[in-house]
Amino acid sequence: MPEHASFLTSRLNEALGWARKYSIFQYPFVTACCGMEYMATACSHYDVDRFGAGFPRFSPRQADVLFVVGTISHKMAPVLKRIHDQMAEPKWVVAFGVCTCTGGFYDNYATVMGIDTILPVDVYIPGCPPRPEMVLDGLMKLQDKIHEEHRTGERPAPEERPETLDA
Amino acid sequence: MTTLIERVASRFPDAVASSHAWRGDETVVLRREGLIEAARFVKEDPDLAMNFLMDLSAVDYSAFGKGPAPAFFSSSGVAVRPTPNIPDEDPWPGPPSSERFAVVYHFFSTTHKHRLRFVVPVGEDEPEVDSLVTLWPGANWLEREVWDLFGIRFKGHPDLRRILMYEEFEGHPLRKDYPVNKRQPLIGPVN
Repeated sequence: MPEHASFLTSRLNEALGWARKYSIFQYPFVTACCGMEYMATACSHYDVDRFGAGFPRFSPRQADVLFVVGTISHKMAPVLKRIHDQMAEPKWVVAFGVCTCTGGFYDNYATVMGIDTILPVDVYIPGCPPRPEMVLDGLMKLQDKIHEEHRTGERPAPEERPETLDA
Repeated sequence: MTTLIERVASRFPDAVASSHAWRGDETVVLRREGLIEAARFVKEDPDLAMNFLMDLSAVDYSAFGKGPAPAFFSSSGVAVRPTPNIPDEDPWPGPPSSERFAVVYHFFSTTHKHRLRFVVPVGEDEPEVDSLVTLWPGANWLEREVWDLFGIRFKGHPDLRRILMYEEFEGHPLRKDYPVNKRQPLIGPVN
């Protein structure tokens, strides 16, 4: 294959990545108070639509990004896992709020201590709840990762789990 | 005008173990054999007419008085117990009995606008009381919750399954001897 053709292919891939990162269909899995902050981010003041992510799909089969917003209990965990399994590749997972990142201030018999114990997480957004600015920052990080995947052909490694403070 | 306690006590002298009206909340401590009859009385008697079961819960007294008050409360500025500086003229009557558990019922009458509390002490060996589902259908899920979290059975309950925890969960997490750090894996690694 001539050289200019392969050049064109890689540029096309990058264009695809550019298109994909600005058309994120999200599935909001909202279980707790973080949902208010999610709504604030989605509404016109912070306007998540500027980032192309303003179109929540309430079916996991049509979604690209799973936003896990709020505490996940052990009873909820199989449901969340199933939702994730139902999503078509390529898919990403955002842990929204400190409960989904590490369990947060919950340390009890009922709470999953971070959804990364059951799912691969791409972006962690800590905070209790995170401010919309942090959510947008996390969203932009996710966009970078999506673009990176199309540029290099490899999926970027999942993020490091945020450190928990030992009381 | 007789109080609600007097009406229950005069009707069921054998079932009532003790009673008090601490801080205005009329409370009857019942032996569990007399629970279902006394409950039917307070529901169906027109002068009491407790047509609303507000709450049904339980207490585990096994750790009561055996440790200092949690630091959270003692440092929060909330008075944990009466200080000698402010004499408490109406002290708390204390736990209902020496039994480990107590099942607590809160009744309300929407016609007379009055409340009554039943406390039924339950021993550790045979934690079982009669179900009130036949009288108040709303007791169904509340009794399932008490079974789930305290392990107290309700005799005659139509469907006594766990309601908050999942079926595979072992133990009853609100019992004071449930280890506070115990984790039970459901799926994924132990966390």
